Amino acid sequence: MTIVANLDREADRALRTKNWGLLTGRILIYLALLLGGLLFMLPALWMLSAAFKTMAEAQTFPPVWLPSHLEWSNFTQPFIDLPFAQFYRNTLFLTVANSLGVLLSCTPVAYAFARLNFRGREFLFVLVLATMMLPDQATLIPVYVFFTKLGWVNTFLPLIVPRYFATDAFIIFLMRQFFKTIPFDLDDACKIDGGGPITILLRIILPLSAPLMGVVMIFVFVGEWNAFFWPLIYLSSMENYTISLGLRLFETRYFVQMNTLMAMSLLASLPTVVIFFLAQRQFLKGIVLTGVNR
Amino acid sequence: MSNAIDSVQLPATSTPTRRKGLSLRAREELIAYLLISPWIIGFLIFTAGALVFSFVISFYNTDLLSPAKFIGLGNYHEMLFEDELFWQALKVTSLYTLGVVPLQVILGLLIALLLNQKVKGIGVWRTVFYLPSVVSGVAVAMIWIWFFQPDFGLVNGVLAQLGVSDPPRWMFSESWALPTLIIASIWSMGPGMLIFLAGLQGIPLEMYEAAQLDGAGTWRQFTSITVPMLSPQILFNSIMGLIGSYQVFTASFVITSGGPNNATLTMVLYLYQRGFLTARFGYAAALAWVLFLIILVFTLFTLRSSRSSVFYGG
Repeated sequence: MTIVANLDREADRALRTKNWGLLTGRILIYLALLLGGLLFMLPALWMLSAAFKTMAEAQTFPPVWLPSHLEWSNFTQPFIDLPFAQFYRNTLFLTVANSLGVLLSCTPVAYAFARLNFRGREFLFVLVLATMMLPDQATLIPVYVFFTKLGWVNTFLPLIVPRYFATDAFIIFLMRQFFKTIPFDLDDACKIDGGGPITILLRIILPLSAPLMGVVMIFVFVGEWNAFFWPLIYLSSMENYTISLGLRLFETRYFVQMNTLMAMSLLASLPTVVIFFLAQRQFLKGIVLTGVNR
Repeated sequence: MSNAIDSVQLPATSTPTRRKGLSLRAREELIAYLLISPWIIGFLIFTAGALVFSFVISFYNTDLLSPAKFIGLGNYHEMLFEDELFWQALKVTSLYTLGVVPLQVILGLLIALLLNQKVKGIGVWRTVFYLPSVVSGVAVAMIWIWFFQPDFGLVNGVLAQLGVSDPPRWMFSESWALPTLIIASIWSMGPGMLIFLAGLQGIPLEMYEAAQLDGAGTWRQFTSITVPMLSPQILFNSIMGLIGSYQVFTASFVITSGGPNNATLTMVLYLYQRGFLTARFGYAAALAWVLFLIILVFTLFTLRSSRSSVFYGG
């Protein structure tokens, strides 16, 4: 009985009171979690297994799960064949520059929409919401033409500059929803002390926004690290490639070497997976707090 | 820094006779406009301006190198009456959306229900189901290529052991390629699932307790409390799913390149091919406008038809 209590209190209670319905329910929940979780992890585990196989082992049929030994060269060979280290540097640079841009430009905008009174606020915010629904492709061609005329194609500028103009409507929306939940009494206290809107933002709103910023950072970091469509369009020479573009290039060249391809996919995914794993508790808590759903 | 900015905002022309309340208000308004000015500039250039310009370009024939040539409705006429690939792309994308959106909403809700249970180590389970959504789309595509690989992949390996003698060729088969992409899309439904989870946590427990007192069973509680209370999230996820799946690109580009025989040619992939591979930017802009209108119509249709069935507040 104590073992069951350690595993699951509800199930233990059900056993003691002989509530068989409740017990079956608890068992079904665990079974569903286990089965669903396993099914969900299957593709990832299959990648993990292939990443350490030799080419011959990856091509055995029926397939085997465990490689006979760990083939580490899958992880090193691609760095010799292609400038993968450069791809990582480029991706890291873009991710950091863009995350900074999104935070710096969206925070003041969201703050103004959430807590300052100005004429046209409602109308302008409807425009922000409308942008959220606008497909990227609707503006793709003219923006591409614009950057071509500026001579920015095949540089990082078309990927970075728009980020500093608060073009991420979803992030503005997310931040505004959260800023609205902070009690307005705090603003009034600050105003009495002679603080203006900017002081309120820096001294009151930002210090209270740690959970929000965690969520936003994860969204932005993951989005930027994994970006594919825009780099594909703007970056043409290999020295500017990001990891996603490098992976795609690698696939078109070495598509039969599934083992190395899986090793590279694993390496490409690792940073976002690790960051999410470390921050998942705050992330999930923050999601509830920001009220994405309201 | 804050003090510097604050003090700069005081207009030099303001007269001391002006009432204090009014000038404070005016000052707040001025600061507000300053704070949102990056967004205004960005909106004017990258959204509103671009949208108008996109409309203009769609009446031209241009490769960006030679001078653009005005052809009126030529691009639209060609698209609707001469271009079979456009209709193929529209069909493929619509079928994809039809498969993906209900699947993601229903499965997302079911998994969210599961992840909302008071169970030991729930954080680990939540991570398991969300993790695929943080992996890069290209890496995800690679994983699926390998998972469904007809000769050495896991799926056909399992099918062979189950005695299936003639398993599908998945992404290499004209009839199975699109279902393969639809199955693959389920894996990345984390964000929608999370929105359901947040919604579930917002439902007051008292409602369930009251229902239990009235003798309502689990199913009755689900249909009479959970679903109506979650209707805003169901609507939000349906619309976002619709918008997202009409724009699907990475999966079809990397896994199938639109093949075999255009069986997975999606709208955005076709737009990309027209614009950036064959350098017909006017035509691509026209395609983008049609895609935009389709999404707009479906979004408005979903919003209208849901008006009576969505419950806000409570």
